[in-house]
Amino acid sequence: MTAAGDRLGPTLFERSRPGRGGGKVPHPPKDALARIPADQLRVDGPHLPEVAEPELTRHYVNLSQLNYAVDTGFYPLGSCTMKWNPKVNEWAARLSGFASLHPFAPDELAQGTLQLLWELEQALAEIGGMRAVTLQPAAGAQGELTGILMVRAYHRSRGDLDRTEVLVPDSAHGTNPATASMAGFKTVSIPSAPDGGVDVAAFRAALGPRTAAVMITNPSTLGLFESRIGELLDAVHAVGALAYMDGANLNAIMGRFKPGEAGFDVMHINVHKTFSTPHGGGGPGAGPVGVGDRLLPFLPSPRVLREPDGRFRLERPGERPSSIGRVRAFAGNAGVLVRAYAYIRAHGAAGLREVSDDAVLAANYIKSQVAGVLDVPFSRHCMHEFVASGATLKAETGISTLDLAKRLIDHGYHPPTIYFPLTVKEALLIEPTETESLETLDAFVAALRAIVEEAHTDPEMLHSAPHSSPVRRLDETTAARQPNLRWRGMTGEQTPCPD
Amino acid sequence: MAQDLRYTKEHEWVRVEGDLATVGITDYAAQQLGDIVFVELPEIGRRLTQFGTVGVIESVKAVSDLFAPISGEVVESNSELAGSPELVNGDPFGKGWMLRVRIADRSQLDALLDQAAYEELTREA
Amino acid sequence: MAYGPHTPEDRSAMLEAIGVASVDELFADIPAALRASALKLPPPESEAELAGRLHHLAGRNRVDLVSFLGAGAYRHYVPAVVDQLLLRGEFYTAYTPYQPEISQGTLQTIYEYQSMMGELTGMDVVSASHYDGATATAEGALMTCRATRRERVLVSRGVHPHYRQTLCTYFAGADFVADEIPLLAEGPASGTTDLAALERMLADPERPVAGVVVANPSFLGLLEPMAKVADLAHAAGALFVAVVEPVSLAVLASPATYGADIACGEGQPLGIPLAYGGPYLGILACREPLVRQIPGRLVGMTTDVDGKRAFVMTLRAREQDIRREKASSNICTNQALCALAASIYLGAIGPHGLRDVAALGAARAVELERALAEAGAPRVHRGPYLNEFAVRVPDAPEVHRRLLARGVLAGLALAAVEPDDPSLADALLVCATEVTTPDEIEVFAWTLRDEIERGRQLSLPSLGEGAR
Repeated sequence: MTAAGDRLGPTLFERSRPGRGGGKVPHPPKDALARIPADQLRVDGPHLPEVAEPELTRHYVNLSQLNYAVDTGFYPLGSCTMKWNPKVNEWAARLSGFASLHPFAPDELAQGTLQLLWELEQALAEIGGMRAVTLQPAAGAQGELTGILMVRAYHRSRGDLDRTEVLVPDSAHGTNPATASMAGFKTVSIPSAPDGGVDVAAFRAALGPRTAAVMITNPSTLGLFESRIGELLDAVHAVGALAYMDGANLNAIMGRFKPGEAGFDVMHINVHKTFSTPHGGGGPGAGPVGVGDRLLPFLPSPRVLREPDGRFRLERPGERPSSIGRVRAFAGNAGVLVRAYAYIRAHGAAGLREVSDDAVLAANYIKSQVAGVLDVPFSRHCMHEFVASGATLKAETGISTLDLAKRLIDHGYHPPTIYFPLTVKEALLIEPTETESLETLDAFVAALRAIVEEAHTDPEMLHSAPHSSPVRRLDETTAARQPNLRWRGMTGEQTPCPD
Repeated sequence: MAQDLRYTKEHEWVRVEGDLATVGITDYAAQQLGDIVFVELPEIGRRLTQFGTVGVIESVKAVSDLFAPISGEVVESNSELAGSPELVNGDPFGKGWMLRVRIADRSQLDALLDQAAYEELTREA
Repeated sequence: MAYGPHTPEDRSAMLEAIGVASVDELFADIPAALRASALKLPPPESEAELAGRLHHLAGRNRVDLVSFLGAGAYRHYVPAVVDQLLLRGEFYTAYTPYQPEISQGTLQTIYEYQSMMGELTGMDVVSASHYDGATATAEGALMTCRATRRERVLVSRGVHPHYRQTLCTYFAGADFVADEIPLLAEGPASGTTDLAALERMLADPERPVAGVVVANPSFLGLLEPMAKVADLAHAAGALFVAVVEPVSLAVLASPATYGADIACGEGQPLGIPLAYGGPYLGILACREPLVRQIPGRLVGMTTDVDGKRAFVMTLRAREQDIRREKASSNICTNQALCALAASIYLGAIGPHGLRDVAALGAARAVELERALAEAGAPRVHRGPYLNEFAVRVPDAPEVHRRLLARGVLAGLALAAVEPDDPSLADALLVCATEVTTPDEIEVFAWTLRDEIERGRQLSLPSLGEGAR
């Protein structure tokens, strides 16, 4: 996996020696802090590592080589849409005009960024069939919170104070119920039907005067399109509730289904999924939110506005009192959004539709190949991802989906999403995306086939996998029982230094 | 499993001694959860309502609420669990006990499952 | 297609394997009545055309002005090594480290980030980061409510107005109450948190307080009496949340030393570009007893089956995918790449370098203060500051506009963000950092003096109100 070696090295703290490093900034005058009262000043430290540039660089380069990444291989991760991260987007985000712009810069200094943000809002609104979009939320989960807070504001503005419940399918991502709780709502869980869709009867039964909203992922987390969605949305509106679409799976439907047109009142988009912005090891992403007419007045402030003369500006404080206010300090993760904008401009309408077509095509292709290897609980055509199950494999060989996943690492693959959604036993959620070649897809299926065979002939290899990675299975129990969450002292730690 | 216990549907066990009830979770529950890493228990003096949520049991990959099998006042909680949550896995009916409650209403015991009924429940799962 | 590898032959092969004639059949589950109208977007562009467009857009931003703007986002020199390491694809295209065996690079760097921020703040536990300083502050405040089971939080007006607004948005959802602690209007400590008012607010027996939130330095740049606030808060059974600025922590007392239970702040000054406000880095830290309340990822050190040191995400049962509706927060991300940038920045700058950055800013700030005072813009307040302060300028918003036209970004006209505070109507919030040069200070002061003079002359004929 790495060129230089495949083991962990010491922490930067362990590489530190007093007197190393420095030379990056000039020295201040000796009395620079003399005017600060003594009781405000730091007495000791900070004890940060002292390393010179060569060691610093090698430290991080070697660490990077312990990572799997989109740049190194295929991630068949369902619900994550690990598509290619285009390189021109990295260049664009680093252009000084974008990178050096202060968030409090007056509008006349920020016309480039404001124009980009405004155009991106228009594009995302068009893609989602929504009336307007806010780019403020810093992540998909924050987009969810923003959307549900707007729902809350909407009902309260109409004096409708008894709407205390949010309906969430039991197959939903954990952020949905967590979001509902953060916004002060009780989550009512709706079971799935045997065909993988929402149980429509249970859904209708749960809807009522206390329902503030329903949160639906469509296609669902099983990779299936909710074909009765029209009926569900009608039922929601009939009781005066609003429909929230979790847009995590937007990669399946661009150009084919616009949630706003179909009747959704609000949706969030994960630009780090559908619109190719890189995952960064866990962030940053962004979670724009689109709204229809009902929620338009409640969008977070400030919005990006275009004047009749074509100039752009931010809304002034107090300009739109119905807004739910700010959800973060500034206008949005502009540095991430530049990449999403570039992605959309590179593709255009036909290109985005082709992205979804190819994503769905590739998923169905892999599904047709996996069908002989693992259980595939839902045989009808999937969207951009599908669920397989290792239940039979487990019954026959004792090999769990976890073991299978860890052995995939030895074959050079990041495992698919496992044990999600919660509604399928021993689940593997597989999403190839549209940017993986046929050879890659075939090789992945071949690896799965080899592992399933090995489950019958040499299960111990799988139980103890992975074997070839920089570290092997970890003691997560001790990590949780006796958390060691920061390096203490420069003199060494309980676990010996690897080198 | 000891024979003098009663159980809830949520896999708590209760041992009654006089007017005190000792409470823990069963080995079945502990197995389902996996390695227990943390147990959050109610403070001494807190009044519990039967079947209400009174605490949390965390494992590496899961979390479960602790439900009160009986109404009453918490008179003792197992302070060993803070440093050694693994006692719940190793000895769920003994050293892994969680709470002692002064019983408010003995008749509530009738709402709990006996040995046979609990074994039936775990067999079905 | 822009980035996809599929040829028409590939597509045919896949269709055949699936057993359908066209890809349209795969979308049959979408009811006819709900099929989308045609997608209307600008036509696609080749990379060369796209690059030209982005260049043009970036060029429409003006970033060449002499700038004294801070107010929560700061210009600093970022060593070249930082961005070169961030460009490594193994870092920026990696996924969240849910499969730790192949994510040790990401995991070890997050552990090191937690450790470095632990050193800076002195706090036991640092999360793998939150979205930004504002959301970290909001979540820190929510932590106090959960931990104390109380519903009221007191927030100083010295905390950044955008942070206060964000906190209010978060609190609306939680049905908690956030009350503002006023600032002293007069005296040598004017502009700092009014401790007497705080004490009165804490004493209300009907409305016990869960947490007290104060920033140091404050939004106005002033140093606050943090240890006294901690004492008052704790005496009333409340927790103390300190909002801090990470570069300043190289020279100022850390939140742990003055009794904070929770520390939060904005990590942007640590090697992260201004980028019009994001992506930034929310610092959130707490003392050990609160570890189970802290939202967000945590990375811990452990061993693997061979006994080798390794890192893993831990205390996961707090998070949304496990707790679901009982999670303390729905956060599903950490700003991993931003945390990495901050770590590399701290590694490159070093502890002595960080002290130098803070001290240089302080030194330049004093030069700035003198130059502006001589130009007719004295400080509004008298208390100590580190590198940011407010100055009084007659008709500040108008002067700010005129200076802008002359190539000087004269900080922030406070009337824009604090419209309800008449004492700040004629104030500019300015800051200096290690990248501020004496030449820039001179240009600012000279231009300002000129504009103040011009303003005075213009207002002479209509002396009804006179210049303020």
